[in-house]
Amino acid sequence: MTSQSVSPVATEAALRAKNVSVYYGSTLAVRDVNLDIFKNEITAFIGPSGCGKSTLLRCFNRTNDLIPGARVEGKAMFHGTDLYAKDIDPVYVRRRIGMVFQKPNPFTKSIYENIAFAARINGYKGDMDELVENSLRRAALWDEVKDKLRQSGLSLSGGQQQRLCIARTIAIEPEVILMDEPCSALDPISTLQIEELMKELESRYTIVIVTHNMQQASRISDRTAFFNAEATESGNKVGYLVEYGDTEKIFNDPSEQATQDYVSGRFG
Amino acid sequence: MTTNSLPPDPNNLWKPNRGLNKRVEQVVIGLFGLFALISVATTFGIVLSLLFETVEFFKDVPLWNFLTDRQWTPLFSNPQFGILVLLSATFLTSLIALLVAVPLGLLSAIYLSEYASPKLRKWLKPALEILAGVPTVVYGYFALLLVTPFLQIFIPQLGGFNALSAGIVMGIAITPLIASLSEDAIYAVPSALRDGSYALGLTKRETIFGVVLPAALSGIVASVILAVSRAVGETMIVALAAGQNPRLGLNPFVPVMTMTAYIVQVSLGDTPAGSIAFKSIFAVGMTLFLLTLVFNIISFWFVRKFRETYE
Repeated sequence: MTSQSVSPVATEAALRAKNVSVYYGSTLAVRDVNLDIFKNEITAFIGPSGCGKSTLLRCFNRTNDLIPGARVEGKAMFHGTDLYAKDIDPVYVRRRIGMVFQKPNPFTKSIYENIAFAARINGYKGDMDELVENSLRRAALWDEVKDKLRQSGLSLSGGQQQRLCIARTIAIEPEVILMDEPCSALDPISTLQIEELMKELESRYTIVIVTHNMQQASRISDRTAFFNAEATESGNKVGYLVEYGDTEKIFNDPSEQATQDYVSGRFG
Repeated sequence: MTTNSLPPDPNNLWKPNRGLNKRVEQVVIGLFGLFALISVATTFGIVLSLLFETVEFFKDVPLWNFLTDRQWTPLFSNPQFGILVLLSATFLTSLIALLVAVPLGLLSAIYLSEYASPKLRKWLKPALEILAGVPTVVYGYFALLLVTPFLQIFIPQLGGFNALSAGIVMGIAITPLIASLSEDAIYAVPSALRDGSYALGLTKRETIFGVVLPAALSGIVASVILAVSRAVGETMIVALAAGQNPRLGLNPFVPVMTMTAYIVQVSLGDTPAGSIAFKSIFAVGMTLFLLTLVFNIISFWFVRKFRETYE
């Protein structure tokens, strides 16, 4: 990794993967990943389908636990604490490390309740109206929905729904936001809005984004990790980390030939 | 060939029999349409036959008396036909049945779809549905010969025939209906919604009660309403275990007579066709039909109005 960091405050690793391998049943999905994700930066995971970038992302807030048969080896750490240690409650992990999904998934509740619901259950004691307004403002959605907070979250457009999902995630004030291809179901204008939003959120949150869109990765991220997949003897694909570094370097002067081929669009 | 048909296929190895195909197609459409028509026509026939006899009945008994009389005495020399009497019994047994079936069915549905392992679910769900396949006459005897004597240990004043045990057993009989339909509704909630809730630091219980059940609400309510119309129309259990005493009131410990039980009683007895008592069963049948129709319409409307459309 180069020493001149893109962001001057980025010194502390918020998340660290140490020899992480993930299995689904007996099938190895990702092999032996080592990387550090730095605080208040946007880190992008790129790579072809099946390279395990989403799988690795899901390790960091233990959403893999929800998939029957999934198993994580190695250490996924949050400020030095092993997230998979015996006494760690996955519910509390997810409370600190939020996630935004590929397809917008607002609850079947009003726009207001989409945000207030989880905050209330998590024991928020402040002014709820204020929290809802602030979260919607920070997600750049307030002006569009302030007159229809009682309408169903499902009545919004796809891009608005995704910003609502981001709003409800930041409402409970996590430290890290994991984003699993958050724009892949959206049109270019909504995508641009979400990207601008991520740049604004960067100062307060650590963001990790999985994306298939290389322009997106180069536009918004500070660091980029390139993953690739190789076939095993049994015919399964196993993902592994090829290269990780400053986004500028990965896109302009990668050390690996495979990275060069991928970012220049020669495969994937 | 008409002038606007496609040019002939230059490859003459393909010679489909288009004429025959077309005919078969028409025959199939006609045949299927006929069968569809038979079922609709049958329903119409039933409604019409109910309607004619009901009209005959109301020539003898004014509708106002039917709705407001507080006695049901069809075999007296001066008969009275107050439907409220039978309605109160039907209401009472159905209410007891729902008090049993809604919690039981809903909790089993939640367990099956959210907590049970796939392997257990594979066994448990068919097992539950077998309950729905037990003939209701068996349930009737179960209520009469097992549940009533058992309840009498705790409630000495309980009659040999009573609304309570009939209602409880009827509740057991309709539990699979609620469980199975609600389970389908809960299972159909996209897992993305659950993931979204977990990602906000919610526990499984908070996710189920806060996110999944509200999303499945329309299906759950529809299952309950269908169960209500099942309970209202249920015949064998109440005819066997609830008694034959037309009595206005909501005391669950005494024998009562539901609408369906009355129809059974008259149909089995030696009431001459054309008599006022004979005609009365059509009026009761019509009431029953309208009642279940209303429930089905409400259920249909509710599902349409509150069904959440996920992308």
